[in-house]
Amino acid sequence: MKRYVRESPIFLGLTGFLKRVKRYIPGGVSGKVLPFFFMSPFFILISVMWFAPVGITTYMAFTKTQWTITNMQFIGLDNFVRIFTRDIRVVDTIYITVLYVSSVLAINAFFSLVLAIFTTYFIKKEPISMAIRLAWLIPRITPAVIYALLWRWFIDPNIGLLNTLLGSLGLPTPRDWLLTPPYSQILMIAVNGYVGASFGMIIYSAAITSIPRDIFHAAIADGATDLQVCRHIILPLLKWPIFFVTSWQCLSLISSYEHILALWAGGAGVARAAEVEVWALYAYSKAFYASEYGYGAALSIFLVAIGLIFIFIFFRVFGFERMMQPSKVEV
Amino acid sequence: MASKKSGYRAAIRKAKLMNLLKYVIVYSVLLIPLVPILSMIAWLIVQSFSEGPTSGLIPRGFTFENFRFLWHPIRFGLSEYPNIWPIVGNSLILAVGTVAFEIPVAALAGYALSRMKFPGRVATMKLIVALHAFPGVILLIALFYILNRLGLYGKGILTLIGVALVKAGLGVPMDTWILKGFFDGIPWELEWAAMVDGCSRFQTWRKILLPIITPGISAVAIFSFMGGWGEFLLAYTYIKRREFYPISVFLYSVIGEFVFVDWGLLAAVALFYMIPILVFYALTQKTLLKLQLVGAVKG
Repeated sequence: MKRYVRESPIFLGLTGFLKRVKRYIPGGVSGKVLPFFFMSPFFILISVMWFAPVGITTYMAFTKTQWTITNMQFIGLDNFVRIFTRDIRVVDTIYITVLYVSSVLAINAFFSLVLAIFTTYFIKKEPISMAIRLAWLIPRITPAVIYALLWRWFIDPNIGLLNTLLGSLGLPTPRDWLLTPPYSQILMIAVNGYVGASFGMIIYSAAITSIPRDIFHAAIADGATDLQVCRHIILPLLKWPIFFVTSWQCLSLISSYEHILALWAGGAGVARAAEVEVWALYAYSKAFYASEYGYGAALSIFLVAIGLIFIFIFFRVFGFERMMQPSKVEV
Repeated sequence: MASKKSGYRAAIRKAKLMNLLKYVIVYSVLLIPLVPILSMIAWLIVQSFSEGPTSGLIPRGFTFENFRFLWHPIRFGLSEYPNIWPIVGNSLILAVGTVAFEIPVAALAGYALSRMKFPGRVATMKLIVALHAFPGVILLIALFYILNRLGLYGKGILTLIGVALVKAGLGVPMDTWILKGFFDGIPWELEWAAMVDGCSRFQTWRKILLPIITPGISAVAIFSFMGGWGEFLLAYTYIKRREFYPISVFLYSVIGEFVFVDWGLLAAVALFYMIPILVFYALTQKTLLKLQLVGAVKG
């Protein structure tokens, strides 16, 4: 430290003050207070960015907050009455959300299992399976906007590749993938499925690699086919990882909308017209496009509740240990 | 005897055929779904050096003209940006800000969780896991209120810093957890030695332990830098003035506002934006897979 800083009155005053404070803390700073000194920035950040928002969302759900977010008027249950009785979008949105979550979950939890078994059990050469796994990671590490742009090219009827490929297979080639409903929903499922597939794949792969090879060799020596090894050895051992990935992905899918928002760009209307507006996106667009913050909060309260319920279940079913090491296999 | 031998041969041939069939199925399931993704990446590279829109993946000529945005004003439809670099700067502020808020907090808390006994330690660790599972994106409305109350909304550069703060807050539980794991790996004896020699706990942390886990800290820092660099949703929601758009929001506005015709320019900007991520991806493959495993990136 520079000498003029060290001897400046402000610095001397500050250190003197700290020394004086130290004297009044029982056990000194190094005693019971020190852990909280280390933890306090963490707790402050967590309170401002997690606890306060949960509280504010809950309160805001019972208010009419429109145009300016700082101006809340308490209106009781009015927002919820509106959701259940007057809002015509709700039924459609629930349908789209269920379709979205269940279809993408099938890819994220089960297709990823196929990917993991194929890359770890069938392909014996580690560099090849690692290259394939890394290729499957591309959609996840690509920023959402770039990913959306890439899909925009891929589905473009004039210069994109999708319709050319489909045409050569004799399948229908819609002009506008983004806005024609059944196709737009297929697109939504594919776009999000690619992003989520790698999560399950990595967890399962780690679990399968931790199974002792001897078990496989013994089974093969006894005349088991590869299919039987998968069915009777790998799947039973992967019970917990499968359950973990399914429930974890279910929660994150219910609340995710970033990729839908990025691909169906251009305000609230586009995603709605394409029938890809999931519940979380509906809450978002009510708040940030229509400026009905209170109503948006009321819609997202359901998601907060679902999140809390899921976390409760996580702790009950998995316990703390299994949640931190989902890929541990008990042989 | 001879017939038995040929029977063996047939069986072996059949087994070989089955084996081949097995690998054909395995590789086609693994690779055919990757065709769209790999073709998209190939297109991005081809298109950014192509003179006109590509047909499929075949470029039309070769040019660096698409990269003129690096030193020329950019024109998309009706809107014109005098220069790309302020926008790059905004992205950098966001990314560096995220790291600056996130890493010190996580390193302090990770140390305390790893090394100190205090009431509520186990509860805090459970809390971290719960927060990691809880989807932060659904709190965006309330976070908007908080940014307003903190006076960080609509204030230009301050808003960018506010977004970095939110991003850091959402990411800090997992980083704390990862850094705690790194601290767990350091033997206690090192700390004792330091304290016997007269270091305080804070000095031990600062001068002995931090240098040891520099690799861990830099891995986490790179991850959170990439998180800030690629951030779209928070920036798009909270930053409304065009001068303060990071690259992601800038690209989004270009895609959304106009029926764009200049695919080449768009691909070039996108490729430029991807460069740090591609470099990072190439350099940290193993760490990437490992950190994915502990859930550094949310599913």
